[in-house]
This record gives sequence, structure tokens and C-alpha cells, in this order.
Amino acid sequence: MKQTPLHSIHTGLNAKMAEFAGYDMPIQYSEGVMAEHNWTRESCGLFDVSHMGQITLEGEGVAEFLEKLTPSKISALKDGVAKYTVLTNEDGGMVDDLIVTRLSKDKFFAVINAGCKDKDIEWIKNHLPENITFYSFEDRALIAIQGPKTEETIRSVLGFDLSEQGYMRYSEAESDYGLLFISRLGYTGEDGFEISVPNEKAADLWNAFSANDNVKPVGLAARDSLRLEMGYPLYGHDIDATTSPIEADIAWIMGKMTNTGFIGAERVINEAQNGASRKRVGVKITGRGVAREGAEICTPDGQKIGELTSGGFSPTLQGAIGQGYIETKFATEGKEIVVRVRGRDIEAVIASLPFVEAKTKKPIKKAA
Amino acid sequence: MSNIKYTEDHEWIKVDGDTAWIGITTYARHALGDLVYIELPETGRQIAKGDDFAVVESVKAASEIYTPVTGEIVEVNDNLQDNMDDLKEDIDTGWIVKVKMTDDSEASALMDKAAYDSFVEGLE
Repeated sequence: MKQTPLHSIHTGLNAKMAEFAGYDMPIQYSEGVMAEHNWTRESCGLFDVSHMGQITLEGEGVAEFLEKLTPSKISALKDGVAKYTVLTNEDGGMVDDLIVTRLSKDKFFAVINAGCKDKDIEWIKNHLPENITFYSFEDRALIAIQGPKTEETIRSVLGFDLSEQGYMRYSEAESDYGLLFISRLGYTGEDGFEISVPNEKAADLWNAFSANDNVKPVGLAARDSLRLEMGYPLYGHDIDATTSPIEADIAWIMGKMTNTGFIGAERVINEAQNGASRKRVGVKITGRGVAREGAEICTPDGQKIGELTSGGFSPTLQGAIGQGYIETKFATEGKEIVVRVRGRDIEAVIASLPFVEAKTKKPIKKAA
Repeated sequence: MSNIKYTEDHEWIKVDGDTAWIGITTYARHALGDLVYIELPETGRQIAKGDDFAVVESVKAASEIYTPVTGEIVEVNDNLQDNMDDLKEDIDTGWIVKVKMTDDSEASALMDKAAYDSFVEGLE
């Protein structure tokens, strides 16, 4: 099994470790998923996400190349702006979801899912024009620091004032921990950053953050419950090679749909104009119990209309939540449904996403 | 407490005549993490040794609880549904079901406290 540069820190903290995407990763630390989840919402959670892939694409026309790989208007991005998007396949499904950041007109940075890394790299290389260079950072770790006290924590630990860096904005900074790539975004719905750091400095940076009283380490289990409260899809569960961005209800990544030349555009544009037969929705459990991935979604009279793709317990709402795909005609907020768990029907309703309001920083508007 | 027996799946059994009280051990409770829900069986259900008869849900996952004895569920501790903290190695409040056993040799074959303690030690 592969290890991140922070592996020995996790085992030293007696984290419960398990395999995730080929890596031996911390699932939870000693306080447990509930405490870690709540700490992130109240203070500042520290996450090792070094298993994710960090890549760059560079060369003249790279934005146009990215507009072939993704349905987003990448050429409209300005320097230092990050965007959530997906890699589409020929069938209009998804190869992965990712964050792309424009570093300069001819250079983009992207963070891709750990479980899709090899597949994505092969996919990109297979489509790569001759004049574009692909690079994968094997020498960098990625640390996410998330929660309402993140900005002040970074000020105190690194001495950086990042208050002027808006949501989905990127900066680079030389530090005691080498050259850092600092992106103001995350997977929790809180204000926060993902910081790319050279492997050999990753442990020092982690320890520096950990030494701050605002900060506690948070494992992958709470990372999952945090993202579930935000309704963020998890690749391989809520989105995959068969689901289109329209079905996944992330059409917003396409803006006004001025990019029509991407791989798989035919299906995606058709669905955007005429609707898709199924749609990703939030499911809020109102009865007793917890429903997980794979649970059938039915009408109260027992007709199957879909399936959960993620589900779990929300520490913030103190109740069970999930997301899944249902036939579009049933996808109205508040519609009463049941989810079938081990042969038992649990009452639930279709809910709008997110379940918990996002606290991400608003984009900074500069005076003209 | 010599009539308390333990399983390798970390259930405890209190044998009271032909009735077995079944719960989960401190080790199991700790390993399961933050529990948020328990799905309990109906009274009257027949269960065979090795069957799962209840499911506990944590934030992250569902885990089954297995019976080490064969018999009929004669009582269910419904109180647990609203008091998940009671689900622990406590004979009075932490039991999940009482089972009227059809074969008491199944219970006597289980580990005693000393054997279970060394079994758990071997896991760490």
C-alpha cells in the first residue's frame, strides 16, 4: 500500500488507518468522527489529502485543450482563479471531477482524485496535443486546513495575511516550508485552504499547524460526513463514467454553455436542452435509521424510483442524510419518499442541497 | 459473574437459566465509534447461532451484531433506541435482546472473562 509523506504522523497519533485509493490513510483520530466533524465546523480541521494528484498542463493553447477535456469555459478564467469542473468521456459521462486553476495564460494547475489519478493521467496523455506539456508532482504533499478559524490560524502559524485572497483563488508563497501553492477552497463547506507543500517539508508544516490550539487533525471519515452535509458529489459513488453533469445537477460548471466542443458534448448538450431522465438529489431521512449507498429510493407506495449513491449521519443536523439519483419527474423538493434499508422502508423527503449552509468566503470584489 | 460469556465477535452473554442476555463488549463499543442508531429485531423471531439480529449504525458505517446462541428472541431492549449510550458492557442496561435458548451447550462453549481478556490482548 502507498503512503503519504505524513503517514508516520498519523500512526504516531494512533489514527485508525485503512486503505483508500491504494493509500494507507487515517480514517479517524482518537477523538472520533463526530468530534472531528464538529471541530472543523467550529474551529479548524487539518486533513492529509496528499493522496490526491497534483498536475500541471503547460503550453500555448492549453485553455482550449482544457475546453476539450471539460465542459467549462476555461478560457474565461483569469490568472489565479480556480474552478470546479469535470473530465467528460465520449458518452458524456465523467472520467473524474477536479479543480483547475489558471496560473498564467499558458499554464494550469489541477488537483485530481486519488482513485482516478492513473486513469486521468492516461486519459489526458491520450488526448494531449504535441505542444502541451503534462507534469505530475510526485514531490508534493497536500494539506487541507478548513474551518472558521483557518484564516487567523494561518496568520499565526505562517505569518501570512490571506484575508485579501478570495474564495476559489490561488496564490504562491515562499515560506519556512518551501514554496507553497495556496488555494482558498475545500471539500467541507467551511472557509479554508488546500496547501501544496514539498514532500520533505510536509511533516514540519503539519506539525506547525497541529501545535496551534485552534487545530486538530481530521480523518477521511469526517471529511466524508462534512462533504455529505454540503451535498458535494464523491467520484466513484455519486458521479461516475455513466452519469452526465446534467444528471448530476452540476450544470452550473458549464456557465452559459458557450463551450460546445468538449468530449461527450452531444449527450450533455442534448440533456441540458431537453432534460435528463434521472437527477441527483438530496435525501433527508425523516424516519428512524440511517440509509447508505445502494439503498433503494421508492415512492411511499413502494414503486422504485432511484437509488442512494451516498448516505450517512449528519453530526450538524443530528439526523441521517444522503444523495442519490431518482427519476426526474419525482425530483421535487419536499416530495415524500421512502428508502429501503435491509427490507425496511424508512420515511424520507427529497431535499435541496446543501443540507448545511456553506460558510466559504465570498469572492473579494476589488474596486475598479 | 461467572455466568457471563464472551464471543470472538465481541458480544457478551449473560446466561440466566435457559435465557441468554446478549450485548456488546467495551472493546466492540470502542471499535464501532460514535453510534447513532440501532435497528432492533422483533420479539418472537427465531435466530440460529451465527445469525445477525441487530444492526448498529455509526456516522460512517453499519455493523451487524451476531448471536452466538440458537433460540427465540423473547425480549428486546427498546430503550436503546433513544439511549445509544446505554449500549455497552453493562448487564442491567446494555443488553440488546434476551434469547430463550434451545441448546445451552452453545453458551457454555463460549469464552469466560479471562479467556476473552487474553483474546482481546492478542488483537492489540
